[in-house]
Amino acid sequence: MSGVSRLQYTTESRLIRVMCSGRVDLAFVFRAFLKGTDGVFIGGCRLNECNYDTHGNYHALNMVLLAKRIMEHIGLSPERLRVEFMSSGDGIRFAEVMSEFGRKVKELGPLGQGEGLDEGILKSKLAEITRLIPYIKMAKKEKLGSRLSNPERYADLFTRDEIDRLLREVTSYYIDPAKCQACMLCARRCPAEAIISVKNQIHVIDQEKCIKCGTCFEVCPDRFGAVKEISGVTVPPPIPEGERTVVRKK
Amino acid sequence: MEGEAGDFQITLIKKPKYIDEDQCTGCTACVEYCPVKYPDPFNQEISQNKAIHIYFAQAIPLVTYIDDSCLYLKEKKCGICEGICKNHAIDFNQRAEKIEVKVGAVILAPGLEPYDPGLRHDYGYGQFANVVTSLDYERLMCATGPYQGEILRASDRKHPHKIAWIQCVGSRQVIPGGNSYCSGVCCTYAQKQVILTKEHDAEAECTIFHNDIRSYNKDFERFYQRTESLPGVRFIRSYVSIGREIPASKNVTIRYSTPDDGVKEEEFGLVVLSVGLNPPADYTALADKFGIELNAHGFCQTNPVDPMEATRPGIFVSGAFRGPTDIPESVFSASAAGSECGELLNYRRGKLTQARIYPPEKDVAQEEPRIGVFVCHCGANIGRIVDVPATVEYALSLPHVAYAQEQLFSCATNSAKEISDMTREKGLNRVVIAACSPRTLEPLFRDTLREAGINQYYLDMANIREHNSWVHSKEREESTRKAQDLIRMSVARARHLEPLQEFDLPVNKAGLVVGGGLAGMTAALSLANQGHEVYLVEKESDLGGMARRLHSTLEGLDVQQYLIDVVGKIYRHPLVHVYTEAAILETGGYVGNFATKVKSRGRVMEIKHGATLLATGAEEYRPTEYLYGEDERVVTNLELEEQIAGRDERLVGARSLVMIQCVGCRNAERNYCSRVCCSHSIKNALNLKALNPQMDIYILFRDMRTYGYYEDYYREAAGKEVRFIRYEPTDPPEVEPAVGEEGLGVLRVTVTDPILGKRLEIDADVVALAAAVIPSAGSQEAARLFKVNSNPDGFFKEAHVKLRPVDFVADGIYLCGMAHYPKFITETLSQAYAAAGRALTLLSHDTVVASGSVCEVNERKCIGCGACISACSYGAIEFRETRQGKKAVVNPVICKGDGLCNAKCPTGAISLKHHTDEEILSQIDAAVQP
Repeated sequence: MSGVSRLQYTTESRLIRVMCSGRVDLAFVFRAFLKGTDGVFIGGCRLNECNYDTHGNYHALNMVLLAKRIMEHIGLSPERLRVEFMSSGDGIRFAEVMSEFGRKVKELGPLGQGEGLDEGILKSKLAEITRLIPYIKMAKKEKLGSRLSNPERYADLFTRDEIDRLLREVTSYYIDPAKCQACMLCARRCPAEAIISVKNQIHVIDQEKCIKCGTCFEVCPDRFGAVKEISGVTVPPPIPEGERTVVRKK
Repeated sequence: MEGEAGDFQITLIKKPKYIDEDQCTGCTACVEYCPVKYPDPFNQEISQNKAIHIYFAQAIPLVTYIDDSCLYLKEKKCGICEGICKNHAIDFNQRAEKIEVKVGAVILAPGLEPYDPGLRHDYGYGQFANVVTSLDYERLMCATGPYQGEILRASDRKHPHKIAWIQCVGSRQVIPGGNSYCSGVCCTYAQKQVILTKEHDAEAECTIFHNDIRSYNKDFERFYQRTESLPGVRFIRSYVSIGREIPASKNVTIRYSTPDDGVKEEEFGLVVLSVGLNPPADYTALADKFGIELNAHGFCQTNPVDPMEATRPGIFVSGAFRGPTDIPESVFSASAAGSECGELLNYRRGKLTQARIYPPEKDVAQEEPRIGVFVCHCGANIGRIVDVPATVEYALSLPHVAYAQEQLFSCATNSAKEISDMTREKGLNRVVIAACSPRTLEPLFRDTLREAGINQYYLDMANIREHNSWVHSKEREESTRKAQDLIRMSVARARHLEPLQEFDLPVNKAGLVVGGGLAGMTAALSLANQGHEVYLVEKESDLGGMARRLHSTLEGLDVQQYLIDVVGKIYRHPLVHVYTEAAILETGGYVGNFATKVKSRGRVMEIKHGATLLATGAEEYRPTEYLYGEDERVVTNLELEEQIAGRDERLVGARSLVMIQCVGCRNAERNYCSRVCCSHSIKNALNLKALNPQMDIYILFRDMRTYGYYEDYYREAAGKEVRFIRYEPTDPPEVEPAVGEEGLGVLRVTVTDPILGKRLEIDADVVALAAAVIPSAGSQEAARLFKVNSNPDGFFKEAHVKLRPVDFVADGIYLCGMAHYPKFITETLSQAYAAAGRALTLLSHDTVVASGSVCEVNERKCIGCGACISACSYGAIEFRETRQGKKAVVNPVICKGDGLCNAKCPTGAISLKHHTDEEILSQIDAAVQP
């Protein structure tokens, strides 16, 4: 409606169309920041007025609440991310919010600089978060799908402590070379193709590719128990290629 | 109009718009330059509009028209618009056009006229600046209204702080110029206005002066409570009169009285008159033209058992011309009228349709992307702000762009042809159109791509008008840059676009109707009359449902006789298959292709059907209050109706009878109004008065909710000395056995009369309880089996209250009757026809088209975590066991393409086609200047 009514607002925004605000992925937000976007706005329908009964805007809200905590964790101002719910008739409100958000982001300054973060460090932090998104999505699956009716509870959905802990104590998976029998089960099931698997060779998880879904941990036969879930400590280096031949148990 | 049902000749006069509708693109450049201003009829003449303008923002077609205030039309002066319009759409030589059409049936949907309080000089409307009607106020609140959504007073253009609503203006009034009926919608619309007012200004003080509050519709009781609980909102039950206008402030006073404080006069900044609904203007001329009869109120006379049918065969009505109607009922009466026309004209179905032939689609999936960019000037709308030639140049510099050009209006027929010609000529395999919102024209341009022989999903639109030139109209440089950025993003996305197929699924032509009450039977007959096989499933041994317990209606229908007729039609219809004493064992499938196992009288059979209608009805609440079940003189309304029909001697001989309303609902446990009980009690009271005029009848009520024409019967009952006593829910009546004056056993009913302010004792021979209507056990069972939703009260939840009132969210499943909400027979029949009409839109086609933009799973990446399944509210995703564990699988027919699952999937295994991660990420990347 702001277009049809010719309501003027600041020119910084670049809109991307999605069919439901709930389609906006946590990864999209951090990709935008990684690329140097200074602010991200997500617009959804008014809460409780979903025409399709899916109420995807609540999903968007949860995602934003989570993203803001993550932004705090890496030192970015959470005010660079904003979600608003309005109908297509709320043209005036849209124009106001666009101008207001534009002003806010200008006030905050260029991404990172405003927060006094070193560009290189910020980039590596954002890249790290991007890598952890599958892990975050899995860990917060229930909360991301919840429906908060009371705005007073928004702040508590994800707490600072909770997210700090989640990101501090990231779970990693490691294959114990002494136990792996190269059965290839884990490699076959890994959704990220992160397991280096050669016949009769001890398997190794490529930590760069691993999305920490834990599938390998689950499928590794109990009698081997080779996959370890570790958290809070560094992952041991992979066993050198020359020493990977499996010694079969008798 | 001449002729008869099935063969009418109609002559239409089309007034000149002075606009060539095929040429006008709705760009409104002409409006900007038009020098003539006159009061805007759409905005209640509060603000001004131009002589050339679009009637309102969402008008269809979205083209301008020239009003007779135009200088050229009046004095052959001006003509500026002609010079401005780059598409030569202005045509001052247009004359009224006579059009002859031949049709088989007519649907009249002329709507309503708001009551005009100015006519009687009541309420100071037209005299005091700050007295407005509710429709004036509606426009004031609206973003496209006279003050862009600011609520301003006419006297000083200031925000009113203290606002009063006066209910029943023109309704429930038996005075010359008033309407005796209740308009049915005003209580709730006034509450909506209060809520919106509080959203505009949280400090606003809102007062509603009312008689009864008639929140009789689904979820309206809760809406009323929500309004009432807002701070600064008062509901005052009182008759009122307008006092005077305060000369300095132009505030208006209202006189009213309350039982506690007596008569008071209070000042308000703005007074809103909740005006009722009148028949459409010129209704008598309309009736004459079509040869139909009107009822006493000037609305269309309809048949109570065929509520869309006017008195002349072949003429149907929908919407408020049938009488005061709210939006959901308007919408479903429209579907219902459609189904009735279908019954009449079924033998000619499809005879006028023509299949569109497209050139064969070229497979370009393996080619390198060759993107064509078309930048639209939209007349002056874009071109005046955005430097279009420079933008075309810029587009050509982008990777994979093989061609770019500007166009005056991309949507014009010749431009669309140009796009498809250039696509073919330059061997383009992706098209980006930089123009307006895809909301309006994406379907047109997809069609253009099909004409060009490439897949329609190879299109992307960059919105450089609504998102750019229109909203940054003073910043030429910035908006040129933004246009280029938006095009760069579109081009980046276009690279990744994939050809998608919309696939056709065969539709099984049969319908399954669950529930053999009036709703189910009526829907079944309407489907069968249009040539569809229908399976009607009823759990009882006889058809008829709740109607078996009803004997008459207020309008005088003999329900039992009618029921016999309908049941007879059902059993005689060769296409209707009835299963009684039946239970549904299991059901599955999807739109157009369902399969349901039914067990009936010991036999189990599988029914294949394309559509499902749930009409599982409702039940009467069994009261635990007021000695019900302990004392046989306490009966429910339905039991009372049985006794009246059976001329029960003890009942007819009763000296005194008390009816208690709202038993078992409008309370914490059932927070809704059962809608039918007030009128049901009045019907019983009138029938009893006819049998025994001496009987003293008392109706103890909270609000009398005799909406619409039922108000007339309420008045009739009052006229026949049925005594109405209001009670407060906090101080409900009490019933106890006692010994009456003559030493006879009576039921002593004690109630506080708020008007007299004292406890009354009434000795009654019979007490009738208006017991709530509650959802049936069958509905709950059906909700579980068919995986459809219910509202908090247990009634079926429609896909959208207003937009899709008889559909479930799941495609191919429809609802009607009391399972949706309590309703009268006439309303049930309307809704049953509506559900049949909706089902027909599916069953009358050989195939359903499933969108190409749906989700799919890459099984290699799926870890079976189920995040997608819990995100999908359509139930489109299921697990499937594989050797690699369980994997999600999408049923593309059920998927609606919202992509919630995509956003939840941790591994990127599930992907929404046409809005993939890759496509959206490429736009995000391209948003920042490289």
